[in-house]
Amino acid sequence: MSSPVKARADVDLNLLREARQEVEEFNLEYCRVLDEGRIEEWPNFFTEDPLYRITGRENFDGGFPLGVMYCDSIGMMKDRAYAIAKTLVFSPRYLRHYITNTRIVSIGDDHSIESEANYLVLQTQLGEPTIIFQSGRYVDRFIRSRNGLLLKERHCVYDSTIIDTDLVFPV
Amino acid sequence: MSVATAQPTNISETHVWPEEGATRIPDWVYTSQEIYELEVERIFRGKTWNYVALEVEIPNPGDFKRSHVGPISVLVTRCKDGSIAVVENRCAHRGAEFCRVHRGNTPHLVCPYHQWTYDLNGTLIGVPFRRGSDKQGGMPSTFRTEDHGLRKLKVATRGGTIFASFAQDIESLEDYIGPEVLEDFDATFDGRKLRVIGYYTHSVPANWKMYVENLKDPYHATLLHSYLVTFGLMVAGNRSKMARDAVGRHGSMASAKPEKLNLDSEKKAELRQFKSSMQLNDGRVVEYIKEMNSPWSAAFETIWPTLIVQKELNTLGMRHVVPHGPNEFIIQWTLFGYDDDTEEMVRHRLRQANLIGPAGLIGLEDHEVLKWVQTSVRKPDTRAGVVEMGAAADGVTTTMLTEGAIRSMYRHWREVMGV
Repeated sequence: MSSPVKARADVDLNLLREARQEVEEFNLEYCRVLDEGRIEEWPNFFTEDPLYRITGRENFDGGFPLGVMYCDSIGMMKDRAYAIAKTLVFSPRYLRHYITNTRIVSIGDDHSIESEANYLVLQTQLGEPTIIFQSGRYVDRFIRSRNGLLLKERHCVYDSTIIDTDLVFPV
Repeated sequence: MSVATAQPTNISETHVWPEEGATRIPDWVYTSQEIYELEVERIFRGKTWNYVALEVEIPNPGDFKRSHVGPISVLVTRCKDGSIAVVENRCAHRGAEFCRVHRGNTPHLVCPYHQWTYDLNGTLIGVPFRRGSDKQGGMPSTFRTEDHGLRKLKVATRGGTIFASFAQDIESLEDYIGPEVLEDFDATFDGRKLRVIGYYTHSVPANWKMYVENLKDPYHATLLHSYLVTFGLMVAGNRSKMARDAVGRHGSMASAKPEKLNLDSEKKAELRQFKSSMQLNDGRVVEYIKEMNSPWSAAFETIWPTLIVQKELNTLGMRHVVPHGPNEFIIQWTLFGYDDDTEEMVRHRLRQANLIGPAGLIGLEDHEVLKWVQTSVRKPDTRAGVVEMGAAADGVTTTMLTEGAIRSMYRHWREVMGV
């Protein structure tokens, strides 16, 4: 296994810390919007031509492109958000996201950022105990816009081998 | 051995079908542990062909996939001579479910507990210290490896799909499915090489039969799912077909999306889920590209007991239902396309997969309501569900306003179960 210090010898440590802080602040806001159920604001975190996918580790590691949720246009994300907010039939639920272990993988010449972070999503439904709904990691690519970071790609790769009933909301 | 199998005659005394007959389904079919155990014995270990894998998942000698027949764990292997074997994932020695991974490649099957070793066909080929050590211990001379192989299932393939049966004296897979349902099955599995695009698995807190019923129930499809209704994917009035085999256990629910949706105001008023204001920003998710010799844009074959072959526009998949006690089932989804798909076609399938599965814009609604039904039927206040839609004219129909396929499934189920 390569030494993380050695692997990053060419990267300014301060730049790395700054980037990590930026990504963490981005995710704080991202989680707040999802935790508060403001689903129609969710697409705002992405570029106009994003790739958003929730998929199992089995698919991610095995090179299978399928997602449980898969959006490769901002239109698809808006349609998904609209359906959740307005038309889909499902039991109401609360979700709470916990993101840790944010790690900057690389910083591009155009200041884009590749990063990873662990996530945990807890789910609470009426009359049921709170459960660990999903445990996984984000594999992300951010670009910079005038208003700060935007997600160009977010792969939510879950370890959980069995999803409990339905994955209604994006992670 | 369970009480249920020891005294099979008692079941009809303890579980009495409502006197209304076929138009009622008593709650206990979904909740009784006794019934569930009898289902394992008579259905899953009985004369049924059970889907286990796609051939393309195990192309090379030594390839294996872990799968299920009903709730029973099995391994699907490609043997050295290219043939396919299906064996129980249960060591003949102490019963360990020894294979713990989804898939892989191995020269033989080994249970790590005491290293009993089987060839890919399930025949026992190695028992460590069989002759003991220093002339002590070891198996008695009467121990024959031939008597201690993994339990082997009968195997059948068709169009790249693999089925298995515990019953060695079962009819051919073709005769089992029957020509009525085989027609739509063969349209998907027309000989083209398949390409798996991914997997997922989820659990639903409901009885396994409810899910099968759901795919035999066109009535709900036009009412629950706003995506189906609003975008014309499956609406009362579309050209459609409800086919079933002669026995009544399998079915095909098919529908053709019209070029232009034409709903009169009377129909719209009945369809509360029709959302006239709903417009898609990205319409590709409901766009149909004709790709097979079939008049249907959607077709679901329910192959008894636990397979649903899914064609929803261009998203193709195997929904393999795995019962997990009477009150829960798991679905193992395998989504696929064809080996000659262009990159764009693969993308199209990935986009369209948003319609189905645990996050499906259509599918998730089904899992939600099944959970609600199971919540009620589990209550001690035992009642019966009503399946009377279309009962005046039972048989193969073109109408979607019928529950005939559910009734015929239970006619068969009752015969097999003796209730």
